[in-house]
Amino acid sequence: MEYVNIFIKSIFIDNMIFAYFLGMCSYLAVSKTVKTGVGLGAAVIFVLGITVPINYLLENYVLKEGALAWLDPEFADVDLSFLSFIMFIAVIASMVQLVEMAVEKYAPALYGALGIFLPLIAVNCSILGGSLFMQERQYANIAEATVFGLGSGVGWFLAIVAIAAIREKIRYSKVPAPLRGLGITFIITGLMGMAFMSFMGIEL
Amino acid sequence: MSETAEATVVVKEPTEPLFSSKNKKLLSDPLNDDNPITIQVLGICSALAITVQVKQAVVMSLSVLVVMVGASLIVSLLRNLIPSRVRIIVQLVIVAALVILVDQVLKAYMYEVSKQLSVFVGLIITNCIIMGRLEAFALANKPWRSFLDALGNAAGYGWILIAVAVVRELFGSGKLYGFQVIPEAFYDFGYYNNGLMILPPMALITVGVIIWIQRSRNTKLIEEN
Repeated sequence: MEYVNIFIKSIFIDNMIFAYFLGMCSYLAVSKTVKTGVGLGAAVIFVLGITVPINYLLENYVLKEGALAWLDPEFADVDLSFLSFIMFIAVIASMVQLVEMAVEKYAPALYGALGIFLPLIAVNCSILGGSLFMQERQYANIAEATVFGLGSGVGWFLAIVAIAAIREKIRYSKVPAPLRGLGITFIITGLMGMAFMSFMGIEL
Repeated sequence: MSETAEATVVVKEPTEPLFSSKNKKLLSDPLNDDNPITIQVLGICSALAITVQVKQAVVMSLSVLVVMVGASLIVSLLRNLIPSRVRIIVQLVIVAALVILVDQVLKAYMYEVSKQLSVFVGLIITNCIIMGRLEAFALANKPWRSFLDALGNAAGYGWILIAVAVVRELFGSGKLYGFQVIPEAFYDFGYYNNGLMILPPMALITVGVIIWIQRSRNTKLIEEN
């Protein structure tokens, strides 16, 4: 039950886009068509689902104060948490490289469509953000951390697919000229964020 | 044969003054016509989340400025040594090291603000503005020009951040930089703070309105659809 709660919470209430604005750069740049949106969203779910548990292990067995005690009781007061940024980003960058190679080999069409944005998942704030929130919220075990990572990914996926669908349709509407493109996308995202706020306070 | 052809291509660049008009443009363009947030769409992630109070926005802008200028200078100096296949990882490590420095300084001297910024200091590493400018500019230009470009873009980022924060703090809690601006008398007459302004969605809408104003003043920026 606890897992379902974390999952639902990370999708709807703590949505990466609408509550924390993480990963907005690629969200705005790749959401012109639903197809590329789905591709990037799936890549984000995958990368978040892998990197959050790996970083959870790193955090709890290497970086946290006293985390190295399993190696030798002498290390019980070593605190390496100032290194967490650099460790997390190194894990993420290498995972992204792996995903990129897999997509290039098995789905060349998708690789062509995503173009420059696949390597940029490494600098997608939602990925590093997932690991940093995991660190801040102190999840009890690795399963909770994994569920949180997957849930955040699904939330991001939903957001980018929804905005891509709206942007495909909005081409047929009469938007005031200076608002076209970027401006109206911001405002629609704001309105969607308000809608998502109605999920606040749900407990399962 | 090919060696001689290459040798003739190298032309010595004429030296130019430190603040030639081209260099000044590097500094001034990002403030308006080529603004990183409203035109290039870079660095939105952190720009929106920490604009509830002006103080946070100021600290954030300064942190980004320091990291960005430092990273641009270092990458630009190393640009001929970095192999292009691993350049993203090299850039990330340089930026991450600078962010750790900034984070430690904030924790030491401004602990309260650093707590409020929470994960967003760490997220400067993945701020697309920094990576974007490193990729697009610092990797191909000399240190002085990269320095100016970084300074201009960080300033362009900073002023949007502070503008959004002023609107949100003024209407959301009636304060500016933590000081009460809207007088008590207003509240006695039934004025209420607009609680919606503090919530995340209004940051997006405020930026949307800034883009609207900017593009209606400068019509050549209008997009096709």
